[in-house]
Amino acid sequence: MQVLILISLLILGTVPLLILFFAENEKLILAVGTIGNGAACCIGLTAALGALITGETCSLKAVWSLPLGKVAIGLDPLSSFFLVCIFLVSGLSVLYGNGYFSYEIGKKKLKSPLIFSSLLTASMVGVVISRNGILFLMSWEIMSLSSFFLVTFENERREVRRAGILYLMASQAGALLLFVLFALLNRNSGSFNFNSFHISYAKMPRTADLCFLLALLGFGTKAGFWPIHIWLPEAHPAAPSPVSAVMSGVMIKMGIYGILRTLLFLGTPPLWWGGVVLGIGVVSGILGVLHALTEHDLKRLLAYHSVENIGIITIGIGLGLLGKALNNPVVTFLGYAGALLHVLNHGIFKGLLFHSAGSVIHAAGTRNMEELGGLYRFMPVTGSAFLVGSIAICGLPPFNGFISEWLLYMGGFIGSSHFFSTAGELLCLTAVPALALIGGLAVTCFVKAFGITFLGNPRVNIPVKIHESNHSMLIPMILGSFLCVLIGCWPLGILNIITPAAAVLGGGASGTASVLKTLARVPYFAALLFILILLFSLLRWKLLQNRDVRTASTWSCGYTTYHTRMQYTASSFAEPILTPFASLIHSQIRHGKKVDGYFPAEARYEKHLGDIAHQKWFLPSIRKAVGFLSQLRILQHGKVQLYLLYIGGAFVMLLIWLSIWGGH
Amino acid sequence: MLVLDIFIHLILLILFPPFLIGFINKVKAWTAGKQGPSLFQVYYDIEKLLKKGAVYSSTATWIFKAGPILTSASLVCAGLILPMMRNHSTFGFTGDLIFFVYLFALGHFFLLISALDVGSSFEGMGASRGAAFGTFAELALFSALAIFCIPAGSPTFKSVFTALPWKTWGFAHPAYLAGALVLLAVLLTENSRLPIDDPNTHLELTMIHEVMVLDHGGPDFAFILYSSSLKLLLQADLLIHFLLPFPSHLTEEGVLLLLSGILGIGILIGILESVTARLRLQRIPQFLIGAFILTVLGLMISFYRGAP
Repeated sequence: MQVLILISLLILGTVPLLILFFAENEKLILAVGTIGNGAACCIGLTAALGALITGETCSLKAVWSLPLGKVAIGLDPLSSFFLVCIFLVSGLSVLYGNGYFSYEIGKKKLKSPLIFSSLLTASMVGVVISRNGILFLMSWEIMSLSSFFLVTFENERREVRRAGILYLMASQAGALLLFVLFALLNRNSGSFNFNSFHISYAKMPRTADLCFLLALLGFGTKAGFWPIHIWLPEAHPAAPSPVSAVMSGVMIKMGIYGILRTLLFLGTPPLWWGGVVLGIGVVSGILGVLHALTEHDLKRLLAYHSVENIGIITIGIGLGLLGKALNNPVVTFLGYAGALLHVLNHGIFKGLLFHSAGSVIHAAGTRNMEELGGLYRFMPVTGSAFLVGSIAICGLPPFNGFISEWLLYMGGFIGSSHFFSTAGELLCLTAVPALALIGGLAVTCFVKAFGITFLGNPRVNIPVKIHESNHSMLIPMILGSFLCVLIGCWPLGILNIITPAAAVLGGGASGTASVLKTLARVPYFAALLFILILLFSLLRWKLLQNRDVRTASTWSCGYTTYHTRMQYTASSFAEPILTPFASLIHSQIRHGKKVDGYFPAEARYEKHLGDIAHQKWFLPSIRKAVGFLSQLRILQHGKVQLYLLYIGGAFVMLLIWLSIWGGH
Repeated sequence: MLVLDIFIHLILLILFPPFLIGFINKVKAWTAGKQGPSLFQVYYDIEKLLKKGAVYSSTATWIFKAGPILTSASLVCAGLILPMMRNHSTFGFTGDLIFFVYLFALGHFFLLISALDVGSSFEGMGASRGAAFGTFAELALFSALAIFCIPAGSPTFKSVFTALPWKTWGFAHPAYLAGALVLLAVLLTENSRLPIDDPNTHLELTMIHEVMVLDHGGPDFAFILYSSSLKLLLQADLLIHFLLPFPSHLTEEGVLLLLSGILGIGILIGILESVTARLRLQRIPQFLIGAFILTVLGLMISFYRGAP
C-alpha cells in the first residue's frame, strides 16, 4: 500500500514539471493536469482505503542530506483515514476543475492553478504521512504557499489580492507557533522524529500545557477556530470554486490532523484540556453559523459554514479528551469517531456545495444571493446537488451529516449521565444544547441559501442566459451526492473503517459494539422513509389523476402586478433569527435621508453586518500596531547615503563588540 | 400481542391525529359557551380536500409538490419510534430519541423550502419566522430532554421512560417539572398554538404556520393538515410519557393512560387558548429563550442536588 501512495506522490510531483517544461498549449495543460492528478488521486484513494481496511501500519526511513535526522514517513490508521479524505475530495475537485477551467481557456493562464493544485494535494499527503518534524513543517509550508497561489488566481481583482495577503499572514503566524511547538518537542526528546516525541502530562505538566496551547493556536489558525478564522471567509470565496472545495473540504482539516497528532505525543490529558477544546468547538460552531446567516454572498456563506463544521469536529475532539480524562472509553470513542466521521462528511458535502456554488456563479455571473433566485428550473442537477448538500450539512437523516452528529450527541448524553455531579459530566452535557442550536441555525441558513438561490424567481434580470454546467462539472456533484446518501443510509460500512482510526486516538473497542449495533438499524429506517414517501406520492398521484390540475401565478394578496422584487430576500429571511444575537454580530448602520412627512421623498437606509472578530478586534488592533510601527519609517527613508551609514555604523559596532568581548 | 401492538400503533398514527385538533376546538367552543364544530370536523376537511383538484404556481418546482409528502413521511417515521401505549416502541433502538427529534427537523426543513418555492413574499415571511422559532424551540427541546436523559444514561426512549422514578412521584422533582413545562412550551410553538401563533387567524402578516402553506391546496393541503395534526399528537404523546407511568406491555391500562393523557393535553391547550392572548412576534424568541433558561435551571438543580 505504501508503495502505491508513494507512486501517487510521484505522479503529483511529476505533473507540475510536465506542465512547466513541455506544455504550452492551454488545452494540453488542462488535460495533463486532469489526467495526472486524477490518476494520482485514484491510485492514492485505493491505497489509502486498502491500508485503512487492513489496518496497515508501516514506516520508512531514508537518509537525508540535511543535518536534521532522517526522512521518516509512515502510515497508521489515522494517517490512512486522512489520506482517504484528501484523495477523495481532491479527486472530485480535479474532475470538477477540468470542467471549470475549460471555460477559462484563452482568458487566463491555466499553468498556475494546475501546478499548485498538484502541489497542494502532494503537500497535504506529505503532512499526513511525515513522521519527522522537519519534513512535517516543510510539507506544511508548501501546503500554505501553494494554496496562497491558488487563492490569488484571479489576482487582477483587488479584494482577491487583499484576501491572499491576509491568508498568507495568518498561515505564517500560525506556522510560527508550530516552529516553536516542534522546537519544544525536539528539546525534550533530542530528535525530530515523531516516535521519540513524548511529553507526558503526568511528568511535565507545564511543558505539556504549553505544547497543547501552541498546537491549539498554531493548528487552529489553519483549521479556522473562532476568532482566529478571519482569513477563512476572505480566502475561500476569493479562490476559484474547485480550489475552495479542496481548501474547505480537506486543507483546513490538516489543522485538525495536526491537533490530533500532537495530542498523541502528550499522554493522558487533564480535564481542562477537554473543556477548552469543547469550548472552542461550541464557540466556533455557534458563531460560525451565525455569521453564515448574515452573509448573502454564496461562497462567503459556505466559508463561514466551514468554521461551524470545524466547530462541530472540535466538539467531538473535546468529547474524546473529556472521555479520556473521565476514563470513559465509550465517550472517547463516540467523540473521536464522530469527529473523524465529520471530517470525512464535511469534506464530501462541503466539496459538493462549493462545486454547485461554483456552477451557479459561473452561470449567473454573481455570488450575491440577493440578485439570484429561481435557478432550479435552469440548472436542475446543480440545484439537486446543492439540496442534497444542504440536507447533509444540516445533519438531517438519512444523510451523512446526521450520522456524525448522532455520534456526538450520544457522546454528550452518555458522558453526562447517571451521576451528573462532576465538572467533566457537566462539560459533556454542554455539547448537547450547543449541537442543537448549531443544527437549528444551520437548517435556517441552508433553507435561506437553497431557497433564495434556487427557488422563486430571479430577483434581478440577469443579462446572461443561464445554463446547466458541463458534464465534467456535473459528474463530481452527482458522485458527491451519492456518497452523502450512501454514508447516511449505510453508516456501518464507513464506521467500520473509522473505528481503527479512532482506536489510534484512544477510543477503545470496549462498549462500542452496542453503538455499532444501533447504527445497523439506520438502513431499515432509511428504507422505511423512502417507502413512506413512495406510498404517499402514489396516493397523491392516484388522487390527482383525471382531476383538474392547473397552473396559475402565485397568490400575491390581491396585487395584480406582481414583481420579482417583492420576494423575500436573504437578508429579510435571516432577520428574525439574528435579532436576538445582535450583540454577537458587528453591524454598521448608515442613515441617509429619513422617511419624513405624509408624502415622503426618497429615503436611504443601509445596514451592513460583519464579523465581530474581524471588524471589532483585529482591524483596530492591526491599525494600532501599524500606527505604532510606522514610527519606524523614519529609518526607512530611501536615502542611499544614510543606508550606507547604517552599514558602516553596524560594522563599527561589530568591531567594537568583538574587540571588547571577543575572547582570544 | 406484538402484532396487535404494532397494529394499534399504526391505526393511532394514521387515523387518530385529526381527532385531537377537533377535540381542542370543541374544548375552546365549550369554554366560550358555544356549540362549536363537530369533533370530526378535521376529518371532513381532509376528505373534502382529498376530493379536490389542484392549482400550482407557475414558479413552483417539484419541491413544492413533494414538501407535504416528505413532511408527512418523516413524521410517520418519527411516530413509529415514539412509544404510545407502552413505555417503549417496538421499533425503538439505542439513541432513538435523537433520531426522533431530527426526523421532526427533516419534516420542518421540507415545509420551509416548499414555502420558499413559490416566490411569494408572504410565504417567505412565514418560512423565515418558522425557521427562527423552530431553531429556538429545538434548543429548548434538546435541553429539556437532557434533563430526563440524565438518570437513564442514554438518549433512548425505552431507558428514559423506565428510569424515571415513578414510585416516588418522579415528575414532581423540580428539575422534571421544569423539563415538562419546557416541553409544553415547545409543543405550543412547534404546533403554532397560542400564545405563539393563533390557529384561528387568517391575516397573512401575523401568521407563522398558516402563511407558509398559503399556496398549497387540494390533496397537498390535506397532507399538510394531516401532518400538522400528527405533529401535535406526537408531541402531546411525548409529553405525557414523562408525566404518566406507562406499562411495559400492551395492556388496557396503557391504552387508557394514553387516551386520557392525550385528551388531557387537549383540554389544557383548549383552556390555554381560551384564556391567553397572542404574544407579540418580537416576544416569541424571548419566550423560547426563557424556556431554555428554565431547562438550564432544571439542569443546575439536577447537578447540585444530584439526579433524581
